[in-house]
Amino acid sequence: MSFFSTEPARRSTSRSDARRRKQTSKLTTVLVWACAAYFLLPLLWLGISSTKTNSDLFSTFGFSFGNEFALFDNIASVFTFQDGVFLRWVGNTVLYAGTSALIATALATAAGYAFAKYDFGGKAAIFAVVLGSIMIPLTALALPTYLMFSGMGLTNTPWAVILPSVVSPFGVFLMRVYATDSVPDQVIEAARIDGSSELSIFFRFGVPLMAPGMVTVFLFALVATWNNYFLPLIMLSDSALYPLTVGLAQWQSMSAAGGGSQALFSTVITGSFISIVPLIVVFLYLQKFWQSGLAAGSVKE
Amino acid sequence: MTISAQKVAHKRRRTSLARGRSRTAYVLLTPFILVFLAMLVVPLVYSGYLSMFKRTLVGGETFVGLQNIISVFTDQRFLEGVGRMTIFFVVQVPIMLGLALFIALALDSGRVRAARASRLAVFIPYAVPGVVATLMWGYLYGPDFSPIAQAFKAVGLTPPDLLSSNLILASMMNIVTWEFVGYNMIIMFAALRTIPLESLEAAQIDGAGQIRTALSIKIPAIRQAIMLTLIFSVIGTFQLFNEPSLLSKIAPNVIGTSYTPNLYAYSLAFVNQDPNYAAAVAFVLGALIMTVSYVVQLRGRRKVSA
Repeated sequence: MSFFSTEPARRSTSRSDARRRKQTSKLTTVLVWACAAYFLLPLLWLGISSTKTNSDLFSTFGFSFGNEFALFDNIASVFTFQDGVFLRWVGNTVLYAGTSALIATALATAAGYAFAKYDFGGKAAIFAVVLGSIMIPLTALALPTYLMFSGMGLTNTPWAVILPSVVSPFGVFLMRVYATDSVPDQVIEAARIDGSSELSIFFRFGVPLMAPGMVTVFLFALVATWNNYFLPLIMLSDSALYPLTVGLAQWQSMSAAGGGSQALFSTVITGSFISIVPLIVVFLYLQKFWQSGLAAGSVKE
Repeated sequence: MTISAQKVAHKRRRTSLARGRSRTAYVLLTPFILVFLAMLVVPLVYSGYLSMFKRTLVGGETFVGLQNIISVFTDQRFLEGVGRMTIFFVVQVPIMLGLALFIALALDSGRVRAARASRLAVFIPYAVPGVVATLMWGYLYGPDFSPIAQAFKAVGLTPPDLLSSNLILASMMNIVTWEFVGYNMIIMFAALRTIPLESLEAAQIDGAGQIRTALSIKIPAIRQAIMLTLIFSVIGTFQLFNEPSLLSKIAPNVIGTSYTPNLYAYSLAFVNQDPNYAAAVAFVLGALIMTVSYVVQLRGRRKVSA
């Protein structure tokens, strides 16, 4: 299974072999698993709660199942509440996160490769500006971007969420490091001698060799947009365009405000639970890629 | 052809080749640079421009220069928000990064049973949106059906009000810690895995124990990665928005509209309809974050050379 089979980093095989001979320690194991419990228990509670009816939520203990198993009723109510708007939110989230992550990865790959494999005028200065921009808080940009987009009639459209999300300076940084390591200069030189053009070298040799790094950048861009709340909150006013984060927050404030509220708790809880499943699955499934990509990026600066 | 003519021809071919290659580099860079300019540089400049105007009831917008920016520095509500985030940073970030470092070192030492499964368990919250994490913890903090409150009641105690003004900041720190320990741990763990085996073996031969090896070899070796997590934490803390914004729905009397600087900028722009002053707040906040990140980096460098 690809889930649990890989260690990150290049030297890992020999190291984990050397380590396997070591004894495990009870104290360390207990401490680490105590931490793991802290991270897992709230999610376990969320999972159990999504199988309960509203009255069981209030009347039974949080970590035990309720008198009724209401998971399927809850799922049905999540997908039918407000004329089934939840499914639209799922679709919007996939569209916004998928599109911006794809574009962000393509742009970062091309730029990272250019920084890693070519010398050109202004290279150091441009890279310094790109790297420095990691420190610009994105929320400080959101407001002026909103005003600009509103002047161009772009607010309340999918573009308002996608366009600002395609810039990934950290992705460029990761791809530069990754391209330096994974695309040997000899391969490029050999292809040049064969008469390949520079761009076809990039597409035919560069891109396949950089694929694991690209998966890393894609996943982190995907999560950033998938989990983004601030940007869609200010950009979108039509609830049919909301992504899951904004939609769920709206349901939560409805249930907190109390307007016909009681019945909403189990719907909000089940909706929250459904919304986290896809990303967790993607992360588990693509584990070996993003871990090796991060390993390359995290050490060199 | 004479030798010198050959040399000239050769040189010319080389420079034209180099020119062709740097042209390719620009072709590859251009798409990124275009969106970088449009989505990062232009908004930043525009925000600076906006902050220099003031909208009045009569006469529309007037140019006021740096007046808005200057008044942000004496704005009580902004300063309180920054103060709150400073407390948050000083208390929460060491806990979060300390926990992440401990788990990364423990997993790297190979002394944990089921290490891969526990690594995933710690990382999973990163895949949970901040909105969902806050919703979930909001229910866990609440009085109605939270297992925390249930446990207190079961033993006959009054459950603490985790959403009260005394405890809300700590409750928020807990949410952020829960969300981001795993992400920081993975960055540190990935760096740990690239330490060459030889230097660890040398330490073992010298008789250094696990803790000694961690302190004197592993932590110094991954200083860059720790620095990176620290910078990300500066950025994340000072622009905190999701958690206070969603918690304010269930604790409206505790979290005001200027609880964090970012919440303040948001409510100025969209509730008070004052985009000019909101831009000034966002601009100052951005400058503040960049300054703090820069100072953190400088101090980190100095420690390396010392």
